[in-house]
Amino acid sequence: MLEIAVRHAFPGFTLDAALTAPPGVTVLFGRSGSGKTTLVDAVAGLLMPDAGRIAAGDLVLLDTERGVRLPPHRRRLGYVFQDGRLLPHLTVRRNLAYGAWFAPRGAPREDMGRVVELLGIGHLLDRRPAALSGGEKQRVAIGRALLSAPRLILADEPLAALDEARKAEILPYFERLRDEVSVPILYVSHSATEVARLATTVVALEAGRVVAQGPAAEVLGDPAVLPAGAREAGAVLAAVVVRHHSDGLSELDAGGLALFLPRVAQPPGAALRVRIAAHDVILSRGRPEGLSALNVLPGVVREVRPGEGPGAIVALDTPAGRLLARITRRSAAALELAPGVAAHAVVKTVSVAPSDVGGGRRAG
Amino acid sequence: MADWLSPAEWEAVRLSLRVAFWATLFSLPIGIPVAYALARWRFPGREALNVLVHLPLIMPPVVTGYLLLLTFGTRGPVGGFLDSALDLTFAFRWTGAALAAGVMAFPFMVRAVRLSIEAVDPKLEQAASTLGASRPWVFLTVTLPLILPGIIAGTVLAFAKGMGEFGATITFVSNIPGQTRTIPLAIDLLLETPGGEARAARLAGLSIMLAATALALSEWISRRVASRVGGR
Repeated sequence: MLEIAVRHAFPGFTLDAALTAPPGVTVLFGRSGSGKTTLVDAVAGLLMPDAGRIAAGDLVLLDTERGVRLPPHRRRLGYVFQDGRLLPHLTVRRNLAYGAWFAPRGAPREDMGRVVELLGIGHLLDRRPAALSGGEKQRVAIGRALLSAPRLILADEPLAALDEARKAEILPYFERLRDEVSVPILYVSHSATEVARLATTVVALEAGRVVAQGPAAEVLGDPAVLPAGAREAGAVLAAVVVRHHSDGLSELDAGGLALFLPRVAQPPGAALRVRIAAHDVILSRGRPEGLSALNVLPGVVREVRPGEGPGAIVALDTPAGRLLARITRRSAAALELAPGVAAHAVVKTVSVAPSDVGGGRRAG
Repeated sequence: MADWLSPAEWEAVRLSLRVAFWATLFSLPIGIPVAYALARWRFPGREALNVLVHLPLIMPPVVTGYLLLLTFGTRGPVGGFLDSALDLTFAFRWTGAALAAGVMAFPFMVRAVRLSIEAVDPKLEQAASTLGASRPWVFLTVTLPLILPGIIAGTVLAFAKGMGEFGATITFVSNIPGQTRTIPLAIDLLLETPGGEARAARLAGLSIMLAATALALSEWISRRVASRVGGR
Protein backbone atom coordinates (compact mmCIF):
# COMPACT_ATOMS: atom_id res chain seq x y z
CA MET A 1 0.00 0.00 0.00
CA LEU A 2 1.44 3.33 -1.11
CA GLU A 3 0.07 6.55 0.28
CA ILE A 4 0.94 9.83 -1.38
CA ALA A 5 0.04 13.40 -0.53
CA VAL A 6 2.24 16.06 -2.11
CA ARG A 7 2.14 19.71 -3.00
CA HIS A 8 4.74 21.31 -5.18
CA ALA A 9 4.66 24.63 -6.99
CA PHE A 10 6.38 25.20 -10.31
CA PRO A 11 6.19 28.52 -12.13
CA GLY A 12 2.70 28.42 -13.65
CA PHE A 13 1.80 24.97 -12.40
CA THR A 14 0.97 23.51 -9.03
CA LEU A 15 0.83 19.84 -8.24
CA ASP A 16 -1.48 19.15 -5.34
CA ALA A 17 -2.43 15.51 -5.22
CA ALA A 18 -3.33 12.85 -2.69
CA LEU A 19 -3.82 9.23 -3.62
CA THR A 20 -3.62 5.70 -2.35
CA ALA A 21 -2.22 2.84 -4.40
CA PRO A 22 -3.39 -0.59 -3.22
CA PRO A 23 -1.58 -3.77 -4.35
CA GLY A 24 -1.69 -4.48 -8.09
CA VAL A 25 -1.16 -1.94 -10.85
CA THR A 26 -2.16 1.62 -10.11
CA VAL A 27 -2.17 3.68 -13.27
CA LEU A 28 -1.68 7.42 -13.06
CA PHE A 29 -3.72 8.50 -16.03
CA GLY A 30 -3.87 11.92 -17.61
CA ARG A 31 -2.76 14.09 -20.49
CA SER A 32 0.83 15.23 -20.75
CA GLY A 33 1.45 18.12 -18.41
CA SER A 34 -1.03 16.90 -15.84
CA GLY A 35 1.73 16.22 -13.31
CA LYS A 36 2.09 12.45 -13.60
CA THR A 37 5.87 12.35 -13.93
CA THR A 38 6.34 14.96 -11.21
CA LEU A 39 4.32 12.77 -8.87
CA VAL A 40 6.35 9.65 -9.66
CA ASP A 41 9.63 11.57 -9.33
CA ALA A 42 8.48 12.72 -5.90
CA VAL A 43 7.83 9.11 -4.89
CA ALA A 44 11.27 8.09 -6.20
CA GLY A 45 12.95 10.97 -4.38
CA LEU A 46 14.27 12.55 -7.58
CA LEU A 47 12.16 15.59 -6.79
CA MET A 48 11.72 16.91 -3.28
CA PRO A 49 8.25 18.49 -3.11
CA ASP A 50 7.53 21.66 -1.15
CA ALA A 51 5.29 19.77 1.23
CA GLY A 52 3.82 16.35 1.63
CA ARG A 53 3.96 12.86 3.01
CA ILE A 54 4.71 9.64 1.14
CA ALA A 55 4.65 6.25 2.78
CA ALA A 56 5.21 2.82 1.28
CA GLY A 57 3.72 0.31 3.70
CA ASP A 58 5.03 1.32 7.11
CA LEU A 59 8.12 3.04 5.73
CA VAL A 60 7.87 6.81 5.54
CA LEU A 61 9.75 8.03 2.47
CA LEU A 62 8.90 11.66 2.90
CA ASP A 63 7.29 13.71 5.61
CA THR A 64 8.07 17.39 5.29
CA GLU A 65 6.37 18.18 8.58
CA ARG A 66 8.65 15.82 10.47
CA GLY A 67 11.63 16.64 8.30
CA VAL A 68 11.91 13.16 6.80
CA ARG A 69 13.37 13.18 3.28
CA LEU A 70 14.80 9.81 2.41
CA PRO A 71 17.33 10.08 -0.46
CA PRO A 72 16.50 8.04 -3.59
CA HIS A 73 19.04 5.29 -2.91
CA ARG A 74 17.47 4.47 0.45
CA ARG A 75 13.91 4.19 -0.86
CA ARG A 76 14.39 0.95 -2.78
CA LEU A 77 11.85 1.63 -5.50
CA GLY A 78 12.46 0.08 -8.92
CA TYR A 79 12.07 2.88 -11.44
CA VAL A 80 11.47 1.98 -15.09
CA PHE A 81 12.12 5.17 -17.05
CA GLN A 82 10.58 6.13 -20.36
CA ASP A 83 14.04 6.21 -21.93
CA GLY A 84 15.38 3.02 -20.33
CA ARG A 85 18.51 4.60 -18.85
CA LEU A 86 20.57 1.42 -18.92
CA LEU A 87 24.18 1.99 -17.90
CA PRO A 88 26.03 2.09 -21.24
CA HIS A 89 29.35 0.79 -19.92
CA LEU A 90 27.89 -2.39 -18.41
CA THR A 91 26.64 -5.54 -20.09
CA VAL A 92 22.99 -6.50 -19.80
CA ARG A 93 23.92 -9.03 -17.13
CA ARG A 94 25.70 -6.43 -15.02
CA ASN A 95 22.93 -3.90 -15.56
CA LEU A 96 20.49 -6.49 -14.21
CA ALA A 97 22.72 -7.23 -11.24
CA TYR A 98 23.44 -3.55 -10.49
CA GLY A 99 20.46 -2.93 -8.23
CA ALA A 100 20.61 -6.35 -6.57
CA TRP A 101 24.14 -5.57 -5.44
CA PHE A 102 22.97 -2.59 -3.39
CA ALA A 103 19.90 -4.32 -1.96
CA PRO A 104 20.12 -5.21 1.74
CA ARG A 105 21.02 -8.82 2.47
CA GLY A 106 17.70 -9.83 3.95
CA ALA A 107 15.46 -8.14 1.37
CA PRO A 108 13.04 -10.45 -0.45
CA ARG A 109 14.42 -10.72 -3.95
CA GLU A 110 13.47 -12.13 -7.29
CA ASP A 111 15.51 -14.90 -8.79
CA MET A 112 17.67 -13.68 -11.69
CA GLY A 113 16.92 -16.77 -13.79
CA ARG A 114 13.18 -16.41 -13.33
CA VAL A 115 13.19 -12.72 -14.25
CA VAL A 116 15.37 -13.36 -17.30
CA GLU A 117 12.94 -16.08 -18.37
CA LEU A 118 9.87 -13.95 -17.64
CA LEU A 119 11.19 -11.13 -19.83
CA GLY A 120 12.75 -13.31 -22.53
CA ILE A 121 16.16 -11.63 -22.35
CA GLY A 122 18.39 -14.68 -21.88
CA HIS A 123 20.06 -14.24 -25.27
CA LEU A 124 20.98 -10.61 -24.53
CA LEU A 125 22.92 -11.06 -21.29
CA ASP A 126 26.40 -10.52 -22.71
CA ARG A 127 25.50 -7.58 -24.93
CA ARG A 128 25.88 -3.91 -24.12
CA PRO A 129 22.89 -1.54 -24.19
CA ALA A 130 24.09 0.09 -27.44
CA ALA A 131 23.48 -3.23 -29.21
CA LEU A 132 19.86 -3.56 -28.07
CA SER A 133 16.64 -2.49 -29.79
CA GLY A 134 14.27 -0.10 -28.03
CA GLY A 135 11.98 -2.92 -26.95
CA GLU A 136 14.86 -5.04 -25.68
CA LYS A 137 16.21 -2.09 -23.69
CA GLN A 138 12.85 -1.60 -21.98
CA ARG A 139 12.63 -5.29 -21.10
CA VAL A 140 16.09 -5.15 -19.53
CA ALA A 141 15.10 -1.96 -17.69
CA ILE A 142 12.06 -3.75 -16.27
CA GLY A 143 14.24 -6.67 -15.20
CA ARG A 144 16.80 -4.38 -13.61
CA ALA A 145 14.08 -2.66 -11.57
CA LEU A 146 12.58 -6.00 -10.51
CA LEU A 147 15.93 -7.42 -9.41
CA SER A 148 16.78 -4.48 -7.15
CA ALA A 149 14.46 -6.02 -4.51
CA PRO A 150 12.11 -3.03 -4.72
CA ARG A 151 9.26 -2.19 -2.37
CA LEU A 152 7.31 -1.17 -5.42
CA ILE A 153 7.91 -0.55 -9.09
CA LEU A 154 7.51 2.86 -10.67
CA ALA A 155 7.05 2.96 -14.42
CA ASP A 156 6.92 6.32 -16.17
CA GLU A 157 5.36 5.81 -19.60
CA PRO A 158 7.70 2.89 -20.24
CA LEU A 159 6.15 2.31 -23.68
CA ALA A 160 5.84 5.89 -24.89
CA ALA A 161 9.14 5.90 -26.79
CA LEU A 162 8.31 2.68 -28.66
CA ASP A 163 6.41 2.09 -31.88
CA GLU A 164 3.12 0.17 -31.89
CA ALA A 165 4.74 -3.20 -32.61
CA ARG A 166 7.20 -2.81 -29.72
CA LYS A 167 4.40 -1.65 -27.41
CA ALA A 168 2.49 -4.82 -28.23
CA GLU A 169 5.68 -6.72 -27.43
CA ILE A 170 6.18 -5.20 -23.94
CA LEU A 171 2.62 -4.82 -22.68
CA PRO A 172 2.16 -8.56 -22.01
CA TYR A 173 5.28 -8.50 -19.79
CA PHE A 174 3.67 -5.90 -17.57
CA GLU A 175 0.52 -8.05 -17.48
CA ARG A 176 2.64 -11.00 -16.35
CA LEU A 177 4.33 -8.79 -13.79
CA ARG A 178 0.93 -7.79 -12.42
CA ASP A 179 -0.28 -11.38 -12.27
CA GLU A 180 2.88 -13.24 -11.29
CA VAL A 181 4.96 -10.86 -9.18
CA SER A 182 3.75 -9.59 -5.85
CA VAL A 183 5.44 -6.16 -6.06
CA PRO A 184 2.92 -3.34 -6.46
CA ILE A 185 3.33 -1.17 -9.55
CA LEU A 186 2.72 2.55 -10.00
CA TYR A 187 2.38 3.07 -13.73
CA VAL A 188 2.18 6.40 -15.54
CA SER A 189 0.35 6.53 -18.83
CA HIS A 190 -1.70 8.70 -21.12
CA SER A 191 -2.75 5.76 -23.28
CA ALA A 192 -6.29 4.49 -22.81
CA THR A 193 -5.24 1.09 -24.13
CA GLU A 194 -2.50 0.66 -21.53
CA VAL A 195 -4.81 1.75 -18.74
CA ALA A 196 -7.53 -0.63 -19.85
CA ARG A 197 -5.17 -3.58 -20.07
CA LEU A 198 -3.06 -3.03 -16.97
CA ALA A 199 -4.86 -1.06 -14.34
CA THR A 200 -6.20 -2.56 -11.16
CA THR A 201 -6.70 0.94 -9.85
CA VAL A 202 -6.90 4.12 -11.88
CA VAL A 203 -5.97 7.57 -10.62
CA ALA A 204 -7.02 10.27 -13.07
CA LEU A 205 -4.97 13.47 -12.96
CA GLU A 206 -5.83 16.78 -14.48
CA ALA A 207 -3.74 19.95 -14.18
CA GLY A 208 -1.93 18.67 -11.11
CA ARG A 209 -5.03 17.48 -9.28
CA VAL A 210 -6.60 14.08 -8.77
CA VAL A 211 -10.03 14.13 -10.38
CA ALA A 212 -10.95 10.50 -9.71
CA GLN A 213 -9.47 7.36 -8.24
CA GLY A 214 -10.80 3.86 -7.76
CA PRO A 215 -11.07 0.42 -9.35
CA ALA A 216 -10.31 0.55 -13.07
CA ALA A 217 -13.76 -0.45 -14.37
CA GLU A 218 -15.40 2.15 -12.15
CA VAL A 219 -13.20 5.11 -13.11
CA LEU A 220 -13.03 4.25 -16.81
CA GLY A 221 -16.81 3.77 -16.95
CA ASP A 222 -17.51 7.15 -15.40
CA PRO A 223 -18.44 9.67 -18.11
CA ALA A 224 -17.57 12.51 -15.75
CA VAL A 225 -13.95 11.39 -15.79
CA LEU A 226 -12.37 11.39 -19.20
CA PRO A 227 -8.73 12.07 -18.44
CA ALA A 228 -7.70 11.42 -22.01
CA GLY A 229 -10.63 13.33 -23.49
CA ALA A 230 -13.96 12.13 -24.92
CA ARG A 231 -12.26 10.97 -28.11
CA GLU A 232 -10.29 8.37 -26.13
CA ALA A 233 -13.09 7.32 -23.80
CA GLY A 234 -13.85 3.64 -23.42
CA ALA A 235 -14.96 1.20 -20.77
CA VAL A 236 -13.36 -2.08 -19.73
CA LEU A 237 -15.29 -5.33 -19.53
CA ALA A 238 -14.13 -8.47 -17.77
CA ALA A 239 -14.75 -11.61 -19.80
CA VAL A 240 -13.83 -15.28 -20.00
CA VAL A 241 -12.95 -17.08 -23.23
CA VAL A 242 -15.63 -19.72 -24.00
CA ARG A 243 -14.43 -21.19 -27.29
CA HIS A 244 -12.75 -20.34 -30.55
CA HIS A 245 -14.94 -20.75 -33.62
CA SER A 246 -13.71 -22.02 -36.94
CA ASP A 247 -14.71 -18.80 -38.76
CA GLY A 248 -11.98 -16.83 -36.96
CA LEU A 249 -14.10 -15.57 -34.08
CA SER A 250 -13.70 -16.13 -30.38
CA GLU A 251 -16.74 -16.40 -28.16
CA LEU A 252 -16.44 -14.78 -24.76
CA ASP A 253 -18.70 -14.74 -21.76
CA ALA A 254 -19.11 -11.36 -20.10
CA GLY A 255 -21.49 -11.48 -17.15
CA GLY A 256 -23.64 -14.12 -18.86
CA LEU A 257 -23.75 -12.30 -22.19
CA ALA A 258 -22.02 -13.73 -25.27
CA LEU A 259 -19.41 -11.44 -26.78
CA PHE A 260 -17.86 -12.21 -30.15
CA LEU A 261 -14.41 -10.85 -30.90
CA PRO A 262 -11.83 -11.45 -33.60
CA ARG A 263 -9.80 -14.50 -32.61
CA VAL A 264 -7.98 -13.85 -29.30
CA ALA A 265 -4.70 -15.46 -28.31
CA GLN A 266 -5.82 -16.78 -24.92
CA PRO A 267 -7.18 -20.36 -24.56
CA PRO A 268 -10.75 -21.19 -23.47
CA GLY A 269 -11.19 -20.55 -19.75
CA ALA A 270 -8.75 -17.63 -19.70
CA ALA A 271 -9.85 -14.38 -18.11
CA LEU A 272 -9.64 -11.32 -20.34
CA ARG A 273 -10.07 -7.60 -20.13
CA VAL A 274 -11.64 -6.05 -23.17
CA ARG A 275 -11.66 -2.34 -23.80
CA ILE A 276 -14.68 -1.15 -25.75
CA ALA A 277 -14.03 2.32 -27.16
CA ALA A 278 -16.98 4.67 -26.69
CA HIS A 279 -17.00 5.69 -30.35
CA ASP A 280 -17.46 2.04 -31.39
CA VAL A 281 -20.73 1.65 -29.48
CA ILE A 282 -24.12 2.30 -31.11
CA LEU A 283 -27.23 2.67 -28.93
CA SER A 284 -30.73 1.51 -29.75
CA ARG A 285 -33.94 1.75 -27.72
CA GLY A 286 -35.50 -1.49 -28.95
CA ARG A 287 -33.65 -4.72 -29.60
CA PRO A 288 -32.23 -4.19 -33.07
CA GLU A 289 -33.17 -6.70 -35.80
CA GLY A 290 -31.46 -7.55 -39.06
CA LEU A 291 -28.15 -6.02 -38.00
CA SER A 292 -24.73 -7.20 -39.09
CA ALA A 293 -23.20 -6.52 -35.69
CA LEU A 294 -22.89 -9.65 -33.56
CA ASN A 295 -22.76 -8.10 -30.14
CA VAL A 296 -25.96 -6.65 -28.72
CA LEU A 297 -25.89 -5.94 -25.00
CA PRO A 298 -29.13 -4.94 -23.20
CA GLY A 299 -28.80 -2.44 -20.40
CA VAL A 300 -30.08 0.59 -18.56
CA VAL A 301 -28.86 4.14 -19.09
CA ARG A 302 -27.05 5.39 -16.03
CA GLU A 303 -25.98 8.82 -17.13
CA VAL A 304 -26.02 11.07 -20.18
CA ARG A 305 -23.26 13.63 -20.24
CA PRO A 306 -23.30 16.23 -23.00
CA GLY A 307 -19.89 17.17 -24.28
CA GLU A 308 -18.63 20.57 -25.41
CA GLY A 309 -19.26 19.90 -29.11
CA PRO A 310 -22.19 18.09 -30.69
CA GLY A 311 -21.37 14.86 -28.86
CA ALA A 312 -22.51 13.24 -25.65
CA ILE A 313 -21.22 10.34 -23.60
CA VAL A 314 -23.77 7.82 -22.41
CA ALA A 315 -23.00 5.37 -19.63
CA LEU A 316 -24.99 2.15 -19.88
CA ASP A 317 -25.14 -0.51 -17.17
CA THR A 318 -25.28 -3.97 -18.74
CA PRO A 319 -24.94 -7.44 -17.17
CA ALA A 320 -21.45 -7.48 -18.73
CA GLY A 321 -20.44 -4.30 -16.95
CA ARG A 322 -20.64 -0.60 -17.62
CA LEU A 323 -20.21 0.57 -21.20
CA LEU A 324 -19.59 4.04 -22.54
CA ALA A 325 -21.10 5.16 -25.84
CA ARG A 326 -20.18 8.32 -27.69
CA ILE A 327 -23.16 9.54 -29.67
CA THR A 328 -24.46 12.92 -30.84
CA ARG A 329 -26.57 15.03 -28.58
CA ARG A 330 -29.20 15.01 -31.33
CA SER A 331 -29.41 11.21 -31.16
CA ALA A 332 -29.55 11.27 -27.38
CA ALA A 333 -32.53 13.62 -27.60
CA ALA A 334 -34.23 11.69 -30.41
CA LEU A 335 -33.96 8.42 -28.47
CA GLU A 336 -35.04 10.20 -25.28
CA LEU A 337 -32.09 8.71 -23.45
CA ALA A 338 -32.12 9.52 -19.76
CA PRO A 339 -31.09 7.75 -16.56
CA GLY A 340 -33.24 4.66 -16.01
CA VAL A 341 -34.22 4.20 -19.67
CA ALA A 342 -33.64 0.74 -21.16
CA ALA A 343 -31.40 0.61 -24.23
CA HIS A 344 -29.26 -1.80 -26.21
CA ALA A 345 -25.59 -1.33 -26.95
CA VAL A 346 -24.37 -2.57 -30.31
CA VAL A 347 -20.67 -3.31 -30.68
CA LYS A 348 -19.18 -4.33 -34.00
CA THR A 349 -16.97 -7.35 -33.54
CA VAL A 350 -14.21 -6.13 -35.82
CA SER A 351 -14.01 -2.74 -34.14
CA VAL A 352 -12.38 -4.23 -31.06
CA ALA A 353 -8.66 -3.79 -31.66
CA PRO A 354 -6.40 -6.69 -30.74
CA SER A 355 -4.28 -4.30 -28.64
CA ASP A 356 -7.39 -3.60 -26.55
CA VAL A 357 -7.69 -7.22 -25.45
CA GLY A 358 -5.41 -8.37 -22.69
CA GLY A 359 -5.11 -11.15 -20.20
CA GLY A 360 -6.13 -10.22 -16.72
CA ARG A 361 -6.98 -12.01 -13.57
CA ARG A 362 -7.75 -8.76 -11.85
CA ALA A 363 -10.00 -7.06 -14.33
CA GLY A 364 -10.91 -4.26 -11.96
CA MET B 1 73.00 5.54 -28.64
CA ALA B 2 73.54 6.62 -25.07
CA ASP B 3 76.17 9.16 -26.11
CA TRP B 4 73.72 10.70 -28.55
CA LEU B 5 73.03 13.09 -25.70
CA SER B 6 75.53 14.32 -23.14
CA PRO B 7 75.10 13.19 -19.50
CA ALA B 8 73.84 16.68 -18.62
CA GLU B 9 71.25 16.47 -21.37
CA TRP B 10 70.13 13.01 -20.24
CA GLU B 11 69.77 14.47 -16.80
CA ALA B 12 67.48 17.19 -18.19
CA VAL B 13 65.34 14.53 -19.92
CA ARG B 14 65.09 12.39 -16.78
CA LEU B 15 64.30 15.46 -14.70
CA SER B 16 61.60 16.60 -17.13
CA LEU B 17 59.93 13.18 -16.96
CA ARG B 18 60.13 13.15 -13.18
CA VAL B 19 58.79 16.71 -12.82
CA ALA B 20 55.93 16.05 -15.25
CA PHE B 21 55.11 12.72 -13.57
CA TRP B 22 54.77 14.17 -10.08
CA ALA B 23 53.00 17.28 -11.34
CA THR B 24 50.40 15.09 -13.07
CA LEU B 25 50.09 12.66 -10.19
CA PHE B 26 49.23 15.44 -7.76
CA SER B 27 46.95 17.28 -10.21
CA LEU B 28 44.69 14.26 -10.75
CA PRO B 29 43.11 13.81 -7.30
CA ILE B 30 42.60 17.57 -7.01
CA GLY B 31 41.58 18.17 -10.61
CA ILE B 32 38.79 15.56 -10.76
CA PRO B 33 36.80 16.87 -7.76
CA VAL B 34 37.32 20.48 -8.88
CA ALA B 35 36.12 19.59 -12.39
CA TYR B 36 33.12 17.74 -10.89
CA ALA B 37 32.21 20.69 -8.69
CA LEU B 38 32.46 23.14 -11.59
CA ALA B 39 30.45 20.86 -13.89
CA ARG B 40 27.68 19.81 -11.53
CA TRP B 41 27.30 22.07 -8.54
CA ARG B 42 25.98 25.59 -8.15
CA PHE B 43 27.58 27.14 -5.12
CA PRO B 44 28.66 30.61 -4.03
CA GLY B 45 32.20 31.22 -5.21
CA ARG B 46 31.86 28.90 -8.20
CA GLU B 47 32.85 31.65 -10.62
CA ALA B 48 35.76 32.64 -8.40
CA LEU B 49 36.97 29.04 -8.34
CA ASN B 50 36.63 28.87 -12.11
CA VAL B 51 38.74 32.02 -12.53
CA LEU B 52 41.33 30.78 -10.05
CA VAL B 53 41.71 27.49 -11.92
CA HIS B 54 42.12 29.28 -15.23
CA LEU B 55 44.47 32.02 -13.97
CA PRO B 56 47.69 30.15 -14.86
CA LEU B 57 46.34 29.74 -18.39
CA ILE B 58 45.69 33.42 -18.98
CA MET B 59 48.34 35.13 -16.81
CA PRO B 60 51.88 35.54 -18.12
CA PRO B 61 53.79 32.45 -16.86
CA VAL B 62 56.35 34.79 -15.33
CA VAL B 63 53.63 36.26 -13.12
CA THR B 64 52.53 32.78 -12.06
CA GLY B 65 56.15 31.97 -11.20
CA TYR B 66 56.49 35.20 -9.27
CA LEU B 67 53.32 34.50 -7.27
CA LEU B 68 54.60 30.97 -6.55
CA LEU B 69 57.87 32.48 -5.33
CA LEU B 70 55.97 34.86 -3.01
CA THR B 71 53.78 32.06 -1.62
CA PHE B 72 55.93 28.94 -1.71
CA GLY B 73 59.39 30.50 -1.41
CA THR B 74 61.28 29.72 1.79
CA ARG B 75 60.17 33.08 3.19
CA GLY B 76 56.65 32.81 1.79
CA PRO B 77 53.73 32.05 4.13
CA VAL B 78 53.05 28.55 2.81
CA GLY B 79 56.60 27.70 1.76
CA GLY B 80 58.02 28.73 5.11
CA PHE B 81 55.54 26.58 6.98
CA LEU B 82 56.08 23.50 4.80
CA ASP B 83 59.84 23.98 5.04
CA SER B 84 59.91 24.08 8.84
CA ALA B 85 56.99 21.73 9.62
CA LEU B 86 57.37 19.01 6.98
CA ASP B 87 60.91 19.61 5.80
CA LEU B 88 59.44 20.07 2.32
CA THR B 89 61.36 22.72 0.40
CA PHE B 90 60.26 24.06 -2.97
CA ALA B 91 62.76 26.88 -3.55
CA PHE B 92 65.43 25.97 -6.11
CA ARG B 93 64.53 22.25 -5.91
CA TRP B 94 63.01 19.84 -8.41
CA THR B 95 59.95 19.77 -6.14
CA GLY B 96 59.48 23.46 -6.92
CA ALA B 97 59.75 22.72 -10.65
CA ALA B 98 57.09 20.02 -10.21
CA LEU B 99 54.85 22.46 -8.33
CA ALA B 100 55.22 25.08 -11.08
CA ALA B 101 54.53 22.47 -13.76
CA GLY B 102 51.51 21.16 -11.83
CA VAL B 103 50.00 24.63 -11.38
CA MET B 104 50.50 25.45 -15.06
CA ALA B 105 49.08 22.09 -16.17
CA PHE B 106 46.09 22.19 -13.80
CA PRO B 107 43.68 24.16 -16.04
CA PHE B 108 44.31 21.75 -18.91
CA MET B 109 43.48 18.80 -16.69
CA VAL B 110 40.36 20.42 -15.25
CA ARG B 111 39.04 21.52 -18.64
CA ALA B 112 39.35 18.06 -20.18
CA VAL B 113 37.75 16.29 -17.20
CA ARG B 114 35.02 18.91 -16.86
CA LEU B 115 34.01 18.55 -20.50
CA SER B 116 33.70 14.79 -20.10
CA ILE B 117 31.64 15.14 -16.90
CA GLU B 118 29.31 17.57 -18.64
CA ALA B 119 28.82 14.94 -21.36
CA VAL B 120 27.56 12.37 -18.83
CA ASP B 121 23.76 12.37 -18.72
CA PRO B 122 22.76 13.10 -15.09
CA LYS B 123 19.70 10.93 -15.77
CA LEU B 124 21.98 7.89 -15.75
CA GLU B 125 23.26 8.89 -12.32
CA GLN B 126 19.66 9.36 -11.16
CA ALA B 127 18.81 5.89 -12.44
CA ALA B 128 21.72 4.43 -10.48
CA SER B 129 20.55 6.21 -7.33
CA THR B 130 17.04 4.75 -7.66
CA LEU B 131 18.71 1.33 -7.83
CA GLY B 132 20.21 1.88 -4.41
CA ALA B 133 23.59 3.48 -5.13
CA SER B 134 24.57 6.29 -2.77
CA ARG B 135 26.34 9.40 -4.14
CA PRO B 136 29.90 8.01 -3.77
CA TRP B 137 28.87 4.69 -5.32
CA VAL B 138 27.16 6.46 -8.21
CA PHE B 139 30.38 8.36 -8.83
CA LEU B 140 32.56 5.25 -8.65
CA THR B 141 30.37 2.91 -10.69
CA VAL B 142 28.76 5.26 -13.21
CA THR B 143 30.39 8.68 -13.51
CA LEU B 144 34.02 7.60 -13.21
CA PRO B 145 33.90 4.80 -15.82
CA LEU B 146 32.06 7.10 -18.23
CA ILE B 147 34.55 9.97 -17.89
CA LEU B 148 37.64 7.78 -18.04
CA PRO B 149 38.45 8.86 -21.63
CA GLY B 150 38.33 12.50 -20.49
CA ILE B 151 40.55 11.76 -17.51
CA ILE B 152 43.09 10.09 -19.77
CA ALA B 153 43.01 13.01 -22.18
CA GLY B 154 43.43 15.45 -19.29
CA THR B 155 46.29 13.44 -17.85
CA VAL B 156 48.20 13.42 -21.13
CA LEU B 157 47.61 17.12 -21.71
CA ALA B 158 48.80 17.88 -18.19
CA PHE B 159 51.84 15.65 -18.59
CA ALA B 160 52.80 17.28 -21.90
CA LYS B 161 52.29 20.74 -20.42
CA GLY B 162 54.42 19.72 -17.41
CA MET B 163 57.21 18.49 -19.69
CA GLY B 164 57.28 21.80 -21.56
CA GLU B 165 56.74 24.33 -18.78
CA PHE B 166 59.28 27.15 -18.94
CA GLY B 167 58.28 30.61 -17.74
CA ALA B 168 56.87 29.88 -14.32
CA THR B 169 59.59 27.31 -13.59
CA ILE B 170 62.54 29.58 -14.39
CA THR B 171 60.99 32.46 -12.45
CA PHE B 172 60.14 30.35 -9.39
CA VAL B 173 63.08 27.97 -9.06
CA SER B 174 65.65 29.31 -11.53
CA ASN B 175 67.79 27.17 -13.86
CA ILE B 176 69.78 24.80 -11.69
CA PRO B 177 71.37 21.70 -13.25
CA GLY B 178 70.10 18.46 -11.72
CA GLN B 179 67.36 20.26 -9.78
CA THR B 180 65.30 22.50 -12.03
CA ARG B 181 66.97 22.36 -15.46
CA THR B 182 64.27 20.50 -17.43
CA ILE B 183 64.39 20.09 -21.23
CA PRO B 184 62.99 23.55 -22.09
CA LEU B 185 65.35 25.24 -19.65
CA ALA B 186 68.27 23.24 -21.05
CA ILE B 187 67.31 24.23 -24.60
CA ASP B 188 67.09 27.86 -23.56
CA LEU B 189 70.56 27.69 -22.03
CA LEU B 190 72.05 25.93 -25.09
CA LEU B 191 70.66 28.64 -27.36
CA GLU B 192 72.46 31.24 -25.23
CA THR B 193 75.70 29.24 -25.47
CA PRO B 194 77.89 29.77 -28.56
CA GLY B 195 77.85 26.61 -30.70
CA GLY B 196 74.97 25.09 -28.77
CA GLU B 197 72.39 25.25 -31.59
CA ALA B 198 72.89 21.66 -32.78
CA ARG B 199 72.49 20.23 -29.29
CA ALA B 200 69.46 22.46 -28.72
CA ALA B 201 67.93 21.11 -31.92
CA ARG B 202 68.51 17.51 -30.75
CA LEU B 203 66.78 18.21 -27.45
CA ALA B 204 63.95 19.97 -29.24
CA GLY B 205 63.51 16.96 -31.52
CA LEU B 206 63.50 14.65 -28.53
CA SER B 207 60.84 16.68 -26.71
CA ILE B 208 58.66 16.67 -29.83
CA MET B 209 59.04 12.89 -29.99
CA LEU B 210 58.11 12.45 -26.32
CA ALA B 211 55.04 14.64 -26.73
CA ALA B 212 53.92 12.81 -29.88
CA THR B 213 54.39 9.43 -28.21
CA ALA B 214 52.37 10.48 -25.18
CA LEU B 215 49.58 11.74 -27.43
CA ALA B 216 49.49 8.57 -29.51
CA LEU B 217 49.43 6.44 -26.38
CA SER B 218 46.54 8.39 -24.90
CA GLU B 219 44.57 8.24 -28.16
CA TRP B 220 45.01 4.49 -28.19
CA ILE B 221 43.94 4.06 -24.56
CA SER B 222 41.02 6.45 -25.03
CA ARG B 223 39.76 4.51 -28.04
CA ARG B 224 39.93 1.24 -26.15
CA VAL B 225 38.15 2.69 -23.14
CA ALA B 226 35.55 4.48 -25.27
CA SER B 227 34.69 1.32 -27.18
CA ARG B 228 34.30 -0.50 -23.90
CA VAL B 229 32.11 2.24 -22.47
CA GLY B 230 29.82 3.02 -25.36
CA GLY B 231 30.33 0.15 -27.75
CA ARG B 232 28.96 -3.28 -28.12
